[in-house]
Amino acid sequence: MKQLVAFPQLGNYFNPIRKLITNTTHLKVIEMPKITKETIALGSKNSPDTVCVPFKYNIGNFIEALNKGATVLFQAGGGCRYRYYAEVQETILKDLGYNFTMYQIGEKDHVKFNDLYKIMLKLNPYLTRKKLIKEILNTLLYIYYLDKLDIYIRKRVGFEKNKNSFKKIKDDFIEKANKENSIIKLTRLYQKAKKELRKVKIDKPKEPLKVGIIGELYTSMEPFSNYELEKLLASFNIEIKRFTNLSYLLWQKKLMEWYMKLKIKKYCKYTLGADGLDNVYRVRWLKKHKYDGIIHIKPTGCTPEIGAMPIIMNIAKDLNMPIIFLSFDEQTGIEGLNTRIEAFYDLLKIKKEEENGSKSRN
Amino acid sequence: MKIGLPKALLYYYYAPLWKAFFDELNVKYIESSDTTSKTLLLGKEKSIDEACLALKIYLGHIRELKDKCDYILVPRIFSLKKTEQVCTNFNCIYDLVRNTFKDIKILNYNIDVKRHYTEKNAFIKIGKELGFSIIESRNAYKKAKEIEKTYYLQEEKKAKVALKTNKTKILLLGHPYILKDNLIGKSIINYLEKNNISIIYSCQIPRDLIEFNCSKISTKIHFTMNKEEVAAFNYFKDKVDGTIILTAFPCGPDSLANEMIIRKRKKHPTLLLTFEDLTNNTAVITRLESFLDMLKGGIHL
Repeated sequence: MKQLVAFPQLGNYFNPIRKLITNTTHLKVIEMPKITKETIALGSKNSPDTVCVPFKYNIGNFIEALNKGATVLFQAGGGCRYRYYAEVQETILKDLGYNFTMYQIGEKDHVKFNDLYKIMLKLNPYLTRKKLIKEILNTLLYIYYLDKLDIYIRKRVGFEKNKNSFKKIKDDFIEKANKENSIIKLTRLYQKAKKELRKVKIDKPKEPLKVGIIGELYTSMEPFSNYELEKLLASFNIEIKRFTNLSYLLWQKKLMEWYMKLKIKKYCKYTLGADGLDNVYRVRWLKKHKYDGIIHIKPTGCTPEIGAMPIIMNIAKDLNMPIIFLSFDEQTGIEGLNTRIEAFYDLLKIKKEEENGSKSRN
Repeated sequence: MKIGLPKALLYYYYAPLWKAFFDELNVKYIESSDTTSKTLLLGKEKSIDEACLALKIYLGHIRELKDKCDYILVPRIFSLKKTEQVCTNFNCIYDLVRNTFKDIKILNYNIDVKRHYTEKNAFIKIGKELGFSIIESRNAYKKAKEIEKTYYLQEEKKAKVALKTNKTKILLLGHPYILKDNLIGKSIINYLEKNNISIIYSCQIPRDLIEFNCSKISTKIHFTMNKEEVAAFNYFKDKVDGTIILTAFPCGPDSLANEMIIRKRKKHPTLLLTFEDLTNNTAVITRLESFLDMLKGGIHL
C-alpha cells in the first residue's frame, strides 16, 4: 500500500508544497479540507493550555489527516518555539494512539540541502540530487509567483467592480500551475495571469486609505486564523500591504537583515528573535511610503512579538503612526474583531480628511 | 562608579560570575532588594499586559535601581551553544529596557555563540567600557569563572546532602528566576520547609550530566535553559518522592517543555503550578497541601 503524506495547512501554500512532495517521492498527498471550527476544537482539546494558537491549528490538521489515513507527516521549524513543535506534536499524537512517522524540515533553524535530501531519500530511495534540485527550484519559483500575484491583488481587491474577479484568475493560475512541471511554462503562465489581472476593472479613488499588516507569521499567512482579516479590510475599500509571505521567510529575510538593522539603529541594537526586528522596521517603511495605519496581529502568548511590542509602540509614537494590536486565540467569535476594525477605520478616515482639509486651507 | 544588578531573570544564573568579576576589578555594585508585590506593581505599570510574570518583575527591579546607580547591567543572550537558543525574551531584553526607560545608562554585553560572540569576549568588552585594559579584565574573568565553578559544585553537594535525609523529598522544577524569587518561589519553599520536607532544586544537577539526561526525555529541545530542567527531571526522578513544577504564566519554552515532561513522567507524582500576577497564596497552598497528602499515601476513608 502506498503511504499517504500530510502537512499542516498554510493558506495557498498547500499547492506548491504538495507539488514538491508528489514529484520527488511519488507519494499521494491528502487533499485537506479547509480549516473549520472543528479543526481548532480538536486541536485545543489535545494540546497544552498555554501554548500559542498555531500549535493547536497544526494538531487539529494532523488529527484530521490521520483520521483520513495519513502515515507520513511533515513539520517545519523556525526561530521561536516553532522549532520544538515537531517533537511535542509527535508525542501527543502517538499518545493518542496513531501510527505514523514524522519528519522535520529545518531542525536546526536553517534548511540545509543535504538534510532535506536525506529525508526525501527515506521516502523515495531512487531520488537523485539533480531531480531534487530541479524540483526545489520549481517549487520556489511557484511560491514566488504566487506571492507576487497576491501582492498585486491585495493592492486592488478592495476596489474591484465585479466581486471575486481577482480570485477567479488566481485559482485558475493555481490549477494550471499544479500540472505544469517545466520552469519556462510556469513563467509563461504567470505572465499570462498577470496580464489578465491588469485587465480587471477596478474603481480606485485617487487617494485611498492604505493599511499595512505586520505581525507574527502564521496568523498573517493563514486566513482562517485571523478570521479573514484581509477580506474584512477589503470590504471597507482599503488598500492592503502585507509583508510576511513564504518567499520572504525563505530567502528575502536573510538578505534584508543587515539593512533593517542599519535603518532602525536608534531602536534596536540586536535582533529580537523570530520576526521582531522585521516588524519594527516595517513601521518605518510604512510611514515612509505614506500608509495611513498599521494593524499588528499575533496569536496570544507569542513571545517574540510580545518582546517587540513595546518597541513597536515606541517607534509608532515617534513617527505619529496609528497602530492597532490584535491578539488571536482559539475562540472564533468574529463580532469583536469587526467592531474594532470598524472603529479603527473610522479614526483613519477622520484623520485623513483632517489632513487633507488643512492642506487645502493652506 | 556603581553598577546596579537587578535581582531577576539572568541574575539567578550569573550572579556568582558577575559579583566575582566586579570584585576582582574593584568596581562597586549594588543589588536591588528582594522582589515584593510593590516591585511587581512597578513593573506592571511599565510593561504590556501579555508579558510574562518574570519580565514584569525584572522591569520593576530596574525601575527600583534607576536612581541608585550609574550603570545597570542588562545582558543580551541569543545562544549559549552553537545549535541551541534561549527564550526570545533574552534576545530582546536589552532593546526592550532601552525603549521602556529612556533616561538610564545601560552596561550591556552580548553572547551569541552561533555568531562567535563568546562569553569571554563579552566580559572583556564590559571591562573596556569601565576603563580597564584587556589583560586586566581577562584575568578577572578567569578568576571569576573559577569562583563560579566552585559555586556550582557547592550547589551539587547541597543536593546530595538533601537526598541523603530520611524526610520526604521533593524536586522543585523550574527556572531559577522563578524558584528563588522572593515573591513566587519563596512562599512555596517556606511552606514545604515548614512541613519538614527536604527540597532539591532543578538547578542543582551536575553540569556534565545535562546533555545525557536530557536526551532520555527529549532529543530535539533547543532551549538551553529548559534543557537543564528536563535533564534534572530525568536525573532526580527515581531519587525523590514527588515533583513540583513551577512556571510563570505565558512562558513560551515552558509551555512545550513541561508538556513533554508530564507526558513522559509515567507514574511519578507531579504537580504543575502556574503563576500569574498573584495577590495571595491561599489557592496555591491548598493545592500543595493536597499534593503532600497524596504523597503520604492519601487519606483513606
